[in-house]
Amino acid sequence: MSQGHGASAMPLGPIFPRHACRRRCRRRLEPAIRGATLIDALLSASAAGIIELLSYNPPGWGGKLLFGLLHSLEIALGATCLGLMIGTAGAFGKLYGGPVVRDLLAVYTTVVRAVPELVLILLLYYAGTDLINQLLAALGYQRLDISGLAAGIAVLGFVQGAYSTEVIRGAILAIPQGQIEAARAYGMSPGLMLRRITLPAMLPFAIPGLANLWLIATKDTALLAVVGFEELALATRQAAGVTKAYFTFFFAAALLYLVVSLISNFLIGRVEARSRRGMPSIKEAR
Amino acid sequence: MAGEATIINVAARTSLWLQPHRIVLILIAIGLVLSAIFFMRWDWLPQYYEMGLLGIWRSLWILAVTCFLGFLLAVPLGLAQAAGPIWFSVPAKTFCTVIRGTPLLIQLWLLYYGLGSLFPQFPWIRESWMWPYLRQAWPYGVLALTLSFAGYEGEVMRGAFAGVPKGQLEAARAFGMSRWKIFRRIWLPQAIYRALPTLTGETVLQLKSTPLVATISVIDIFAVSSKVRQDTYLTYEPLLLLALIYMIITGILVFAFSKIEARIPNKVG
Repeated sequence: MSQGHGASAMPLGPIFPRHACRRRCRRRLEPAIRGATLIDALLSASAAGIIELLSYNPPGWGGKLLFGLLHSLEIALGATCLGLMIGTAGAFGKLYGGPVVRDLLAVYTTVVRAVPELVLILLLYYAGTDLINQLLAALGYQRLDISGLAAGIAVLGFVQGAYSTEVIRGAILAIPQGQIEAARAYGMSPGLMLRRITLPAMLPFAIPGLANLWLIATKDTALLAVVGFEELALATRQAAGVTKAYFTFFFAAALLYLVVSLISNFLIGRVEARSRRGMPSIKEAR
Repeated sequence: MAGEATIINVAARTSLWLQPHRIVLILIAIGLVLSAIFFMRWDWLPQYYEMGLLGIWRSLWILAVTCFLGFLLAVPLGLAQAAGPIWFSVPAKTFCTVIRGTPLLIQLWLLYYGLGSLFPQFPWIRESWMWPYLRQAWPYGVLALTLSFAGYEGEVMRGAFAGVPKGQLEAARAFGMSRWKIFRRIWLPQAIYRALPTLTGETVLQLKSTPLVATISVIDIFAVSSKVRQDTYLTYEPLLLLALIYMIITGILVFAFSKIEARIPNKVG
C-alpha cells in the first residue's frame, strides 16, 4: 500500500480520538473542529469537492474522463468490427476450408482463448510494432510510430476475432440445413449464398454471442491502460493520481463503464427482438 | 458455448489425430519451438526460476481461493434472483449487473486505490486487527476477483436454479423433505450439474483475470515476467514463456473439469 494512502488522510489521526466514530461523540466534537478542515480532510467524500473535481473544464477532470471514454469506445468499436471480419472469415475457414486452414484456425482460437488478454496485448503490441518496423526497414522505408488507437484496435480485434470465430461458426451450424440446400438447388454461387442466405440466416443465432463480445470489448479496452494507451482507465488513473481523490475517480469511471454497458444492453435487446421477428420465441422453442 | 466443446473434443478425437498434413504442421511447430529455444536468450531462466515457481503458485492459489469463495457467494446470489423475494432479488440482480457491467481492472483499482485511500481516515480501522492485512495488496486483489467471479457465476446459477424442473422439487416435497433438505439434496446438486459446463469456462476466464492483480503490486507469475523484462531488457522471451505457462494451466483446468463432468449423470431432468 504505497501510493494509495496518501498524505490527505494523515491529519485526521491525532484530531479524532478512538471513540470518535460513535455518533454521539462526533456530534459533540464537530463544532470544535472548523468545518473547512473536515471538508479538506474528507475531500473525496464531500459533494462540493466531487463536483469541482469532475467538472468538465480544466480544473476538473470530467472532460479528460469523457475524452478517455470516447477513445475507449472508438477502440471497442474498431476492435469489434475487425473482430467480426476476422470472425466471419475464420468461421468460414473452419467450416469449409481445407484441413490445413482448419488446423491453423483451431490453433489460433485455442491459443488466443487460453492466454490472458493482458499477456496477448503486450505480446501482440510489441511483436506487431516490431514486425511492421522491421518490414518497413527491409523495404527501405523509415521507422514509423504506430498510433495508439490503431495498435489498440488491431490487438483487441485480433483477440476478439478468435471469440467471434467460434460464435459465428456456431451460428452458421445452427442454420437449418434445408435453407442452404435450397440455395444450392437454386444454383446460387457460394458468394451469393453467403450474402443472401448464410449471413442473414445466421444473424439471429449470432447476435447474443456477438453482443456479449461487444460488452467484453468495451471492458477489455481498460486493459490497454497497462500498455499506456490514452483511454478511460488510464485517464482515470492519471486524474486520481494527481488529485489523490482515488475513490471518486475510480467510482466515476466505473459509473461511466456501467452506463455504456446498460445502454448497450438496452440497444442489444431491441436489435435482438428485431432480428428474431417471425421466429418462435426462445421459450417456445425449448 | 461451442468453443469449450471444441477444446474438450480435441481430447476425444486423438485417434484421428495423425493425418499427413498434421504431421507436417507438427514438424513446423517443433521447428519453431526449437528455433525459439536456440536463437532466443534463455540464460536468465536459472536466476528467476524460483521466483517464477513462487509466482505460479501464487497465481494458482489466488485462482483457487477466489473461485471457491466466489462460488460460495454465487449460490445465494443465484438463489435470490431465481426464487427470492423482491428485496433479495433486486439487490442481487443489481450486484450482478454492476459487476458484469464494469471492467475488472476498474473494480480492482476502485477497491485498492479508492477504498485503500479511504480506510486510513478512520482511526478505528487503523487500530483494529484487520489493519496489517488492509495495508497489503493481496486482500484487495482476492476481494475484487471473488466479487467478479460471484457476479458472473451468480447469473449462471440463477439460470441453473431456475432450470431445475419443477417436478423434481415437487417430488421432493411429496417425500416430506424439509425445505433445507430439498435445497441440499435436490435443488443445489442439480443446479450445480447444470452450471458445471459453464463453470469450466468461468474458471478459465478467472485464470485469465488473475494477471490483473499484478497492477496492484501482487507478485504473481505475470509480475515476475514483468520483472524479468525490466531487468534483462528482453521483450519476447518472458512473454512467450508466460503465454505458454498460462496455456498449460488452462489445458490442465479444462482437462480436469472434463473429467469431473464425465462423472456426473449426463441426463438431468
